[in-house]
This record gives sequence, C-alpha cells and structure tokens, in this order.
Amino acid sequence: MARVVVDVMLKPEILDPQGRAVEQALSRRGLSGVQHVRQGKHFIVDVDGDLTPEVLADIDRVAAEVLSNPVIEDYVVRTDVQADGA
Amino acid sequence: MSARIGVVTFPGTLDDVDAARAVAYAGGEAVALWHGDADLKGVDAVVLPGGFSYGDYLRCGAIANLSPVMSVLTPAAEEGLPVLGICNGFQVLCEAHLLPGALTRNQSLHFVCRDQLLQVEDTTSAWTNAFEPGQVITVPIKNGEGCYQADDFTLDQLEAEGRVVVRYHDLNPNGSRRDIAGIRNERGNVVGLMPHPEHAIDSLTGPSDEGLGFFVSILRTLTTEGALA
Repeated sequence: MARVVVDVMLKPEILDPQGRAVEQALSRRGLSGVQHVRQGKHFIVDVDGDLTPEVLADIDRVAAEVLSNPVIEDYVVRTDVQADGA
Repeated sequence: MSARIGVVTFPGTLDDVDAARAVAYAGGEAVALWHGDADLKGVDAVVLPGGFSYGDYLRCGAIANLSPVMSVLTPAAEEGLPVLGICNGFQVLCEAHLLPGALTRNQSLHFVCRDQLLQVEDTTSAWTNAFEPGQVITVPIKNGEGCYQADDFTLDQLEAEGRVVVRYHDLNPNGSRRDIAGIRNERGNVVGLMPHPEHAIDSLTGPSDEGLGFFVSILRTLTTEGALA
C-alpha cells in the first residue's frame, strides 16, 4: 500500500472567514506575532500497490476535479509520506 | 396536460416538499426525482431544492454533483432542459459547472435567516419571465455558505451579458460579490439563486407570494415554447 496526501487551500485572493476567525482567536489566546491564518483541507489517500505514474495521474485528476474546486481552491499532491501499517 | 416539473431529493435535502408545493400552486405537476436514479422520468423542467445534500461534506453540492441523477441532468441542462437551483441547488449547479463561480462561507461566518429584498434584473430567463424588470420582491434567505465568488473577468461577463438574474437589494446578507443573489447560463434555461422563492408563494405561510413568479415563469416558458402543445 502507498500513501498520497492532497492538500487543498483557498486561493490567496479568496477571502477565508474561517481562517480569519481562527487568527483572531489565537491573539485572544495570548499568542502574539500571528500575522495570518488560513484554513484548508488535508486528504490522506491510501492506494493498493505502487505509485506508478498512471496512479499519480489518476490522483491528480480527482484532486483537480473532485477534491478541490478550481474556481476557489488550489491543491498540492504530495507523495513524501509514510503509510501507516504498510 | 400540465407541465411536469421534476423535484430532486438528495440525502439531506430539506425543501423538496415546499418546491413541489410551489410547482403545484403555479399550476404544474411536481414529479419526484431521486438522487440514486439516473432517470429524469421525462420531465419538462427540474428544480434542485435547498438543504444540505450529503451533509455538505467536501464542499456544498460537491457530492450531489457526482450522484446518478446529475449524470443525466447535467447533459440534459446543457441541451436546454430548464433547471432552477435554489440555495443548495445553486451550489450543485456551480459544482456541475452549469453556472460559473462558487458559493463560499458567509463573510460574517454566521448562518443568515431573514426575509430578504431582491431586485429582479433579468426577466428573459426561463424562470423569471413573469417578473417586471427591476421588480423588488421579498423572499426568505437561509444559508451559511452563500457568498458568491467569481473572478473579475467572469463577473464582468455576467454583468455585460445581463446574466445577473437577482441582486440583493437592501443589504448583502453574505458578502456575495457585487451583491449577486442569482445568475443564469448563457441560454437562460439554467438559473441558480441562494434565496428561497418556494418559501414565498402564499402570504399565509411566507413573507409574500412573490416567489411564485419563478414557478409561474417556467410554466409560461413551457407553454410558449410549445413543449406542451
């Protein structure tokens, strides 16, 4: 089994009210020096077998078409992760 | 024979019963469509009602967009089948790329529930031809993720082509860009809006009966086009 991680974030120009609320809460908690917080999604995808170029291309496609919405979000596919219990 | 208007139910849909009631009030026959069936039952038009399909998991409307009923509805809409998406239905239409842009979390972070003034700007669409241009109507709005977003190019294009169908009038409840409450596709058969016209069809149970115009419009469209002749 191999593991792929897909991180999805709102595009920089899209307002992130959740991130802003967290940012304000952090300063109330006494954490000083916080400039900016943005909140996103982290998908862990475990697949059978090896990460062949075909498998990675499939994952990239669903990351672009399903896991993220290209109108408002950017995504990054990462393979530098260890699968648990593999 | 009266027009047959499909109303889709997804898991988590809330407003299918009110949408069906609105269709009947306007003189149409409401036909129940099921998310798990790739079957439009030969309807003349479809309403995607509000609610929280699939619990709003992933993104609002994202999982509904991948359902069997959408696998037949999306191509039918592209070919001209009239479709009205209300609230969550609008989110589904954006996820299906039948309408441009996306709906994101309200700027205030609060769920908004109020009677909302709307200005009807486009009366050429299949769902708004019973209104007067510029008419101001009151219908309820209730959403947590109703902030309409699109890039400047898309917004300019929507405005230039007269595709902003309804705009928030007295105040902007969710931070939507350019006060946009609802838009249409180029052809005018697909309309999506965040406010809920199906909750304003009778002053006994809503703030007005002005939402009925959307449903009267589609019946007029179907009759005029001769689809039912």
